[in-house]
Amino acid sequence: MTPAQQFVRRPPGWLSWIVSDDPPGRIGLNVLMLAILLALAFAPFLFPGTKALGVSARICIFVILVASYDLMLGYTGIVSFAHTMFFGIGAYGVAIMLAKGWVGWGAVILGAAAGAAVAAVVAAFIGMLSLRLRAIFFSMITLAIASFAQIVAEQWRNLTGGEDGLTFSVPAVLRPSFHLFAKPVFGVVVNGPVITYYITFVATLILFLLMLRIVNSPLGLVLRAIRENEFRVEAMGYQVVAYRTLACVLSAVMAALAGALMALVLRYNGPDVTLSFSLMIDILLMVVIGGMGSLYGAVIGAIVVVLAQYYLQNVLAMISAAIAGMPVMSALFHPDRWLLWLGIIFVLIVTFLPQGIVGRLRSRH
Amino acid sequence: MKEDWRNHMRRWAPYALTPLIILAALPAIGAGPWLTLTVAGLTMGIMLFLVASGLTLIFGLMDVLNFAHAAFVTVGAYVTVTVLRPLAGWTMQTSLTLNLIALLVALIAAAAASGALGFVFERVIIRQVYGAPLRQILITIGALTIIEQLVVVIWGPQALVLPKPASLRGSVFIGSSPIETYRLAALAVGLAVALAMHLFLRRTRLGLVVRAGVENREMVQALGYHIRRVFIGVFMAGTALAGMGGMMWGQYQETVNSQIGDSMTILVFIILIIGGLGSVGGCFIGAILVGLTTNYVGFLAPKMALGSNILLMAAILLWQPRGLFPMAEH
Repeated sequence: MTPAQQFVRRPPGWLSWIVSDDPPGRIGLNVLMLAILLALAFAPFLFPGTKALGVSARICIFVILVASYDLMLGYTGIVSFAHTMFFGIGAYGVAIMLAKGWVGWGAVILGAAAGAAVAAVVAAFIGMLSLRLRAIFFSMITLAIASFAQIVAEQWRNLTGGEDGLTFSVPAVLRPSFHLFAKPVFGVVVNGPVITYYITFVATLILFLLMLRIVNSPLGLVLRAIRENEFRVEAMGYQVVAYRTLACVLSAVMAALAGALMALVLRYNGPDVTLSFSLMIDILLMVVIGGMGSLYGAVIGAIVVVLAQYYLQNVLAMISAAIAGMPVMSALFHPDRWLLWLGIIFVLIVTFLPQGIVGRLRSRH
Repeated sequence: MKEDWRNHMRRWAPYALTPLIILAALPAIGAGPWLTLTVAGLTMGIMLFLVASGLTLIFGLMDVLNFAHAAFVTVGAYVTVTVLRPLAGWTMQTSLTLNLIALLVALIAAAAASGALGFVFERVIIRQVYGAPLRQILITIGALTIIEQLVVVIWGPQALVLPKPASLRGSVFIGSSPIETYRLAALAVGLAVALAMHLFLRRTRLGLVVRAGVENREMVQALGYHIRRVFIGVFMAGTALAGMGGMMWGQYQETVNSQIGDSMTILVFIILIIGGLGSVGGCFIGAILVGLTTNYVGFLAPKMALGSNILLMAAILLWQPRGLFPMAEH
């Protein structure tokens, strides 16, 4: 390539346009991403069964949730502990609408929209109140506000169902009793949950590509510049607080939409499912394991951690059965101690692999 | 002249806040329960101060916010259970001397265990993340998970009972207000520790170095002090204080579970934000404010109790965006 040719911009192909000129990177990662996309696209047929379908839906939802969190953490350099709050706001938006007796697509859409709107307003308020302070202040304040949201959800029984949460009916098409075709397709009955999964999958794909577009836009460039050196960005005439708040608002809206999907998939919502602090830790784990500052990292992180949550317990049960005699060791490998092992992996990754899996795979080219 | 008066107001308003709240609560609650609640609030505040002061000093000196600080509270509480079990003979008798000796042994053991763990923690975890705030938050959150899970591995998942010593049960009456004996004792111990800390920071050479380090680390280093060694000392002292707080809190609740530290984390952060990060005096006032608010609101509107501190924090932040006693930026 001659030097002059470097400056001639090739017209982007449609594939490149879809991923906003930001493909995963090296060939291995491209293949991995394609494999994941295909696996998720045909999950109900490749991995039949209720549990596998639940795991696949959870992975999709967490891809949105983690990618939107990475918008703040990895791209803008803000540590927030209120991400589950926005997730919960979206979930409660749909749950409250449906639980109060209005069952229909209008209720679902209105609930999701209301959740997203409330999340945006709350995020803007928090951002303007505390993002002009040092980063650490913002983290602590979001931690307090998130616990406040949890308290409100537990105490405001009339609206949120308190600690019991809300169980509700979804539109008829999404119920297990609904069958789209009279006969099974490739041996799988296409019923309500499968349709719900495909709604989730398509929404995930659209929102993910939208976020990819955001981080590769001029706005995304400003956000990354703020992460690297906020004073220089301020000196160049950008309002850092405004941009940070905007990142927060975008991230909150995405999280709320993920929450709305979660409510549809579970047909239930309660404080433990969408607001708990351990969920926040899960999100942090996913972002860090996958790799901060790369949306593809969110995909890897979500898959690794969700699979670990569902299947690491089985592995630990096998190990602890094998060493049942030893007193301390069997306590260490007790199936309920999976969080200990995830914690150790987490610390090791922060220490030795700060760019995460995807960051590492991308950095070599 | 008028400007002068305003400046005075601005300077003294943060100090006047606590007495004003105490006075304002008197007509709202009524004299009888008011005294009980005020003592309860002060006791809770002083226990929170023990935990929060270590965290704020560590932050002020080295710019490290340790999200795993609560884990040391948990460790302190569990060590107390282990130490007091063989000493049950001493705590079950009504002899005040034997009770106090047993408690002193437990207090020292809790502080020593947490401090020793703090030393290891600084070496293994904190040392690699100086000057990287993002990684600090992440790695200390991970470490918090690990320590809490290890506590469950060692002591088991079930809650353990931690009975108060015999002579500190029950209440004394001042007028018609019952006041728990244990609270008075805890208040005395907490105040003694706070006073010792104050004297150390204000009257000793080492305390001077610590305070100077909070103000300007590089300058202290340039004057030839080995600031890293000072910091390890402060880190151990801070975690030991957290262990003491855990001991007193666990004994006050008479039960210990692995969430005991977590339940304090949010309160401690609120205190740090209210007081101004890095300021020990602000931390003291913040802790007392939080203790009092929790107790007063818990009496007046029980449903609001949990959220009241967060509302208090929001109100103070709207008034003083950097806390009541902001430190110089460094």
